[in-house]
Amino acid sequence: MIRMRTRLLVLHVLVLTLLVVLVGRLYQVQVVHGQEFVTRATETRTRTVIVPAVRGQILDSSGRPLVRNRTALVVSVDRALLFRTPDGGLKVLTKLSQVLGRPVQELQRKITPCGPKVPKPCWTGSPYQPVPLDEKVDTREALQILERQEEFPGVTAEIHSVRQYPGGRAGAQMLGYLQPVTEEELEKREGLKAAFSGVDLAGRDGLEYVYDDALRGKAGLRRVQVDRMGKALGVEDQVTPVPGDHLVTSIDSRIQAVTERALARAMKSAPQADGGAAVVLDARSGRVVALASQPNYDPEIWGGGISARGYQRLMSEKSGKPLVSRAINGQFAPGSTFKISSVTSMLRAGYPLNGTYDCSGSYNVGGRAFNNFRGIGLGPMNLHTALVKSCDTIFYRAAYEQYLKDGGRYPKKTPKEIFANTARAFGFGRPTGVDLPGESGGRIPDRAWKKSLWNQTNAVTCERSRKGYPEVKDRARADFLKRLALENCTEGFLLRPGDSANFSIGQGDVLVTPMQLARAYMALVSDGKVRSPRIGWAQVRPDGKVVRTIPVPVVGKLPLSEKERHYIKNALSQVAQDGTAAGAFSGFPMDKVRVGGKTGTAEVWGKQDTSWFASFAPTKNPQYVVVVMVSQGGMGAQTAAPAAREIYEGIYGIKRAPAVPGGRLTTKLPVFRPDGTVAPR
Amino acid sequence: MTARTAAVQRPSLLRRLMQENSAVRRLDGLMLVAVAGLCVIGTLLVWSCTRTWAPGSTGLVKKHMLNEAIGVVLCAMVATVDHRAMRAYAPLVFFVSLVGLGLVITPLGATINGSHSWILLGGGFAVQPSEFAKVGLLLIIAMLLAQPAEGVDRPRGLDVMLAILAAVVAMGLVMLQPDLGTAMVLAVITAAGLVLGGVRKRVIAGLVATAAVGIFSVFYFQLLEPYQVARFTAFVDPSVDPRGVGYNATQSLIAIGSGQVFGKGLLGGGQTTGRFVPEQHTDFIFTVAGEEFGFLGSAAVVVLLGVVLVRGLRIARKCEDRFGTLVAGMIVCWFGFQTFVNVGMTIGIMPITGLPLPFVSYGGTATFANLIAIGLLQAIKVRGQSFL
Repeated sequence: MIRMRTRLLVLHVLVLTLLVVLVGRLYQVQVVHGQEFVTRATETRTRTVIVPAVRGQILDSSGRPLVRNRTALVVSVDRALLFRTPDGGLKVLTKLSQVLGRPVQELQRKITPCGPKVPKPCWTGSPYQPVPLDEKVDTREALQILERQEEFPGVTAEIHSVRQYPGGRAGAQMLGYLQPVTEEELEKREGLKAAFSGVDLAGRDGLEYVYDDALRGKAGLRRVQVDRMGKALGVEDQVTPVPGDHLVTSIDSRIQAVTERALARAMKSAPQADGGAAVVLDARSGRVVALASQPNYDPEIWGGGISARGYQRLMSEKSGKPLVSRAINGQFAPGSTFKISSVTSMLRAGYPLNGTYDCSGSYNVGGRAFNNFRGIGLGPMNLHTALVKSCDTIFYRAAYEQYLKDGGRYPKKTPKEIFANTARAFGFGRPTGVDLPGESGGRIPDRAWKKSLWNQTNAVTCERSRKGYPEVKDRARADFLKRLALENCTEGFLLRPGDSANFSIGQGDVLVTPMQLARAYMALVSDGKVRSPRIGWAQVRPDGKVVRTIPVPVVGKLPLSEKERHYIKNALSQVAQDGTAAGAFSGFPMDKVRVGGKTGTAEVWGKQDTSWFASFAPTKNPQYVVVVMVSQGGMGAQTAAPAAREIYEGIYGIKRAPAVPGGRLTTKLPVFRPDGTVAPR
Repeated sequence: MTARTAAVQRPSLLRRLMQENSAVRRLDGLMLVAVAGLCVIGTLLVWSCTRTWAPGSTGLVKKHMLNEAIGVVLCAMVATVDHRAMRAYAPLVFFVSLVGLGLVITPLGATINGSHSWILLGGGFAVQPSEFAKVGLLLIIAMLLAQPAEGVDRPRGLDVMLAILAAVVAMGLVMLQPDLGTAMVLAVITAAGLVLGGVRKRVIAGLVATAAVGIFSVFYFQLLEPYQVARFTAFVDPSVDPRGVGYNATQSLIAIGSGQVFGKGLLGGGQTTGRFVPEQHTDFIFTVAGEEFGFLGSAAVVVLLGVVLVRGLRIARKCEDRFGTLVAGMIVCWFGFQTFVNVGMTIGIMPITGLPLPFVSYGGTATFANLIAIGLLQAIKVRGQSFL
């Protein structure tokens, strides 16, 4: 019994020790480190969900939506919860694929986070955010999922808003599109930086991109208390999202529709046309009324995650790169539409406004004959007629003379380069600054440009001049190319006489975008001021309060006196009646609406001509400037001018009801009611 | 016979019970208070963590209270029996519990919550014979080791062998379920019996060595289920797989730690309500105490269990016959081991093992067995020492 007592005593000590250990450890866990575990508990117990703000609409000048939101039932999958199910969610996905009628593999691909080895479709967002799987779910499908939550752990159906385009393809490139925001983009944003979710969308192109900050609003947060299976037990707290502002544009959706139709018809009328653009500006405000580019595409394709095939189709050469807006990115030689700049250059070089000039059949430029159109001489005429009949030789002569004055091939230290500089004053050679991303600047091929081009190319051309073009089968052509390479190698840095002559009639190396041409004509026919056109007109809060009106900045002034400007404008006003566009406008009620303009036919080596028509109406106090360009469209009078005519007919209601009452544009912003709807005028 | 006439002829029942040296006066009141406190706390915790199973329900709390009531009756019945008389019943009790364990591995056995240790009785009732086996084994071991050879203070070799044999048979049957936790409790009970029974140190050392070799070969020949090995691995480093085996350890630590000093109040535990800790009404019930009652509450639970253990040791020490001392000592070791392992695993100092917390965890058979053991302790207390 004594041994037993001793051992009992040892046991006593042991028991007390262990109890002390337990209490000590409890103290350590609960008292010393308690706060850490409180934090961790909150992390496990709550889930923060980003509540995206409703994105603002993009509206036309009357408040009609160009881009609006449609509510859609979206089925999303929470990957974290899905993977917690025994088979990693395969069973749930299989069941879901039956409900949605989509293959399981597709669903699996869609929820896999994107990575270097994971091609689209994949999930670009945060791995902790539910992945939207299907945005075209009907109520019945959604109910099937919601009513049997226990069979679909981690799957939810929620109402989201999705972009909708009432105008279909109209202005697709201008409006732009949305894509889930990337982590880098989110870094740059203000506020909510820690909360990268992937539900947030960002404007990727067009107005959606430029006005992203205004349209986006502020995302909210919702902290939801969840149980072990991720079932929401209740909302712990939330930050309500602030909806984005609306963007009212100066686009008139009806004129836009007319413009799209006219451009599409023009494209069809020219069998080889591979692209086109139409720009309609409001000459009185400097704002954009319509902007169309062909080929175009249906922007709804971006909704619900674009498929790999769909994306490739949009980017491919074969489909004509419909994402690229020809209106701001299409760079083409402007042809005779450029003569407004050349005639101004003549005036600035000292040629008299009322002088008489010989429109000969051909003119010798540096030992080479430059022919008038079809080589026909039209005899002596004033500048007015030279513009109406689109004489070339008068401009060749003036340009060549100025070229020689600058020193010809080997220029003086400071050549005046009047033709190039005047073109710049018209806004050519640099982006117009229109509120669209990625605009091209065109090209003014002056002496400096030639030099920089030669610096880039002489290595190749000089080698070619030695080795020739053995891969070209046609001997004669190969010889020609070799001689050309030699010429480019030895004197490619020099502005040649022919370059100056070509420049004066908008041929050769000069490139402009339709937007540049339109704003140059707008400056000419309005007040001589060069403006940076704007599509956005005002940023309006959802409750109707105007946050800001977007001004149209003046960025330059034409080097023309009022008298000279009116002279040129008057000349252009006759083109559609008796000039090069008379045929295209035959039968057009000029007494009702007088249209002025200038045709352009620019030669492109190896391709059909670029067809241009730059115009304005009415000629007295113009309201509209319309520029139509069809790449590989043939002659200006043949393809572009009829399209412009169709646009005017639509605006003024020549054949049917006018697109805008009386052909007049509204000058007042639409009025919003407090509930956000647009009040009728 | 009316009460009045009874009062005339004999002292009233109450008075008899309150008499000095009466059985009631000799009960260990402090232990009973501690056990009652633990039962009440257990009831509250079971309510707290099972009411969320279905909206508007009270969960398992009514069933738990019924179990406790039955347990109290069993406890009282056992306490009235003279423990020395139990020596005679020990082989029978042990035999019955072996039969129970045997039935489990026959088709009569049922699997509930992943452990195949149940016999269904119908009507929603089921028993876990392995819980009764603890009582059965400690009684038979105490019976064998309490009869020392003439003039020596040690049990006879044959008795020691028989005790070990009994333990091996019981543990083997339990391992067939398999129920590692209960097998370990049986081992601890056996070891306690051998040590307290006065077996020589070198014999004990030999047994320890044998056990060590046995444990080694269990791992070496991979006799354990993969999940059991995983639990040990996860114990060493819970971050190995926090969503898998380490999940329980991590979540129970979070639940307890987040209770801090004062706890979140009964029914106020977010981790409990969210059911982040598995098996929260049984093996992990201590996490509910930790979260909702904080350090003060959970330490109180440990202290109450400590009171039971210390009072049990006191009973063992004061008992004047070897049988009573051995039974009491083994019960203390059983409760002590289960307490330490259970609480320890929830606070990350022991591996995850499927052992309930005595008096607190939900579970009918375990409640019965625990309260029967308390009844045994009380019986020993009442009759184990001579007064005056």
